[in-house]
Amino acid sequence: MNDSTWVLDGGRLIDPANGIDRIARLVLHDGKVHSIDTPNGDLPPNASRLDVSGKIVAPGLVDLATELREPGSEEDETIQTGSDAALAGGYTTVLCCSSTKPLMDSAASVQLVRQIAQRVDGVRVLPIACLSKGRQAEQMAELGILADAGAAGFSDTPRPMPNDALLKRALDYCRMFDLPIFDRPEVPELAEGGVMHDGRIGLILGLKGLPTEAEDLAVARDVRLAEATKGRLHVGPVSTMGSIDMIGRVKSRGIRISASVCPHNLFGSDEALRSYDSRYKVHPPMRSPSHVEALRNAVAEGVIDAIESGHMPRAQEKKANDLDLAPFGASALETTLAAIATDLVETKILDWSRAIECLSTSPARIAGVKGGTLSVGANADVTVIDPKGAWSVEAKEFRSRCHSSPMTGRTLSARVTHTLVGGRMKFELHPTVKNSTS
Amino acid sequence: MDASLSPDQLSFPAVWRHPHLLDLERLTAAEILAILRTADELKTMTEGCRRKVPLLTGRTCANLFFENSTRTRNSFSLAAKRLGADTVEFSSSGSSVAKGETFVDTAKTIEAMGVDWVVTRHSTPGTPHLLARELGCCVLNAGDGPHEHPTQGLLDMLTILQHRIGSDWKSESADPEKVFAGMTVALVGDIAHSRTARSNLWGLRKLGAHVIICGPPTLVSHRWEELGFEVAHRLDEIVHRCDVLNLLRIQFERQKARPFPSVYEYAALYAMNGQRLRHAKPDILIMAPGPINRGVEITPEVADGPHSVILEQVTNGIAVRMASLWLLANAKDNADASTETLA
Repeated sequence: MNDSTWVLDGGRLIDPANGIDRIARLVLHDGKVHSIDTPNGDLPPNASRLDVSGKIVAPGLVDLATELREPGSEEDETIQTGSDAALAGGYTTVLCCSSTKPLMDSAASVQLVRQIAQRVDGVRVLPIACLSKGRQAEQMAELGILADAGAAGFSDTPRPMPNDALLKRALDYCRMFDLPIFDRPEVPELAEGGVMHDGRIGLILGLKGLPTEAEDLAVARDVRLAEATKGRLHVGPVSTMGSIDMIGRVKSRGIRISASVCPHNLFGSDEALRSYDSRYKVHPPMRSPSHVEALRNAVAEGVIDAIESGHMPRAQEKKANDLDLAPFGASALETTLAAIATDLVETKILDWSRAIECLSTSPARIAGVKGGTLSVGANADVTVIDPKGAWSVEAKEFRSRCHSSPMTGRTLSARVTHTLVGGRMKFELHPTVKNSTS
Repeated sequence: MDASLSPDQLSFPAVWRHPHLLDLERLTAAEILAILRTADELKTMTEGCRRKVPLLTGRTCANLFFENSTRTRNSFSLAAKRLGADTVEFSSSGSSVAKGETFVDTAKTIEAMGVDWVVTRHSTPGTPHLLARELGCCVLNAGDGPHEHPTQGLLDMLTILQHRIGSDWKSESADPEKVFAGMTVALVGDIAHSRTARSNLWGLRKLGAHVIICGPPTLVSHRWEELGFEVAHRLDEIVHRCDVLNLLRIQFERQKARPFPSVYEYAALYAMNGQRLRHAKPDILIMAPGPINRGVEITPEVADGPHSVILEQVTNGIAVRMASLWLLANAKDNADASTETLA
């Protein structure tokens, strides 16, 4: 079987970057998109054919913030297991945060992650290096050297950046590399010790809250600094009405800033914590229904640009602790697309084109990476989705090493069936016999 | 001992079905009253020189306290012993928890030694709920962080009932939701960190009391109003309306930042003292779950004065815990028996 040429036949091709949404044949050749709607006669010989009738063919998904936990915390996830999970979720590129020790604040550490990812040969892994040295929020990391080593952007995520002056300086400085800075918006002093959304449910349960103002204030600071410096700033994940309000206002003034949201903030509320189950201890926390509603609308209206998975894998023995000790985090790469299809597309809040834009086209644009489109000549990164492929989430069957998910037990309405990276089939839900075209 | 009461006459209330006692928020008024009635009967049975009623001989109660406790732990221990049960005592210091074992695994280990109840106290809300999912035995919440302390709430209500309500509440025909009708109870102090408050709030409201939550805004969230409770920030403005004042301790150990400028200022604004008592109803009940900080929430003249029922609360605590142990064990036995029948 020849992997160098694929013909995907009969699918609904959706490419938001080019305004395409129609039944069409897609041909991939030598790692690139070769053509769309090619007549039979023009096909390269010995092409592998995939019948995707009834399925959606989309540009490969791009995740803006994935924790892969290697090197340093391989009990939670490795680049191999994270890559497998990403491919099963339809991702072809993930931006990988420095959430472990050793930190990615040196050229060697960035190169190490790239080398491991190369050896794994799965999803494309692009490292996001530390914004500050030692993630101490005191001094800029060697951003130029990190950029040369292959960093796709900078961030102290999962920690927020508490130093206003440093963030401003870094935004200014980074303009010469044209690389984005990612900030997880949160004022640490206001969020300290918080376990869940600071609201009525938290009050009843006696659990310390993460107040919305901790995020709102940080977003206000971030957007103002982005305006002042004209730097490339991405804030996310956001989770509050206050954040949406501010982001919407500055966008209407023409300020270049982007924002993302996690799926768990689009489908569930803080009521879930009534179970005291640590799989609902996620960050940002699941907020009250009014915030969920506002976030859904903000995604539909384009105030929020992208949906990121929020994949923060943590080992079962860590999540098995009581809520105070259990870390934030959940496995999300394998469920994000299906959750969005179920909660936003099925409910007609988004159409498929907007959903794919949020999961692929926009994240690629924000990160400034290749991908997010099926334009002829683009990387042959493709995700095939069965929009009627209902499945029940069993987290223990995840390819990710982390089996904690707020989606466990839910029935989702769509599922990724195939993922191709650079024209090579990297994931097949149920491996099928490929018919060679002649 | 009242000769008219014997263990054989203690009837199991049909309304009670729970093998665990985790919080009062999720109990009905009828269920709360069922515990209180049972407690009242058990208290009568164990008064006088014969203190034991062998209702649960051969059973074992494990006290798993991951936080320090004096009165609650001893109260549960005595309650179990008065019913004829054995007790196992566990403290987290010097235990496997100190060696890194999770509290769930520790609890499973203790359960494997053959216990019928696990009484647990922990600094994190929800830990008894986790144990109820993980263990096969009955679980009783003896305080989970600032969440709930159901037996404390129950003993507070029993004390009020014994003092302020006639014996009507004991009859099965009493309207469970109107037992406290017309009564105003104020919870004063560190509501933010108080498990006693969270149990009292639900219990008292379900039985028909008007509940006022009083303290500085940094300790009394305005969100309690959204949940239908009256919120007050000045004790002087409400004291004349109250039938009961429950004075809650300032939990300095749970506070990361001081929520008021000084203890002196707190006492000036919220301590129940003789001067404030003069503005109160003549038959006001003064309660405190203890330990009390004399001079902070309550002055000695009030703590030791005629309105104070603080020590009666302690006595009622044993009765409430006996009732809880007995009800849970019976509910579990009944549930197990019906499962076996079905099998």
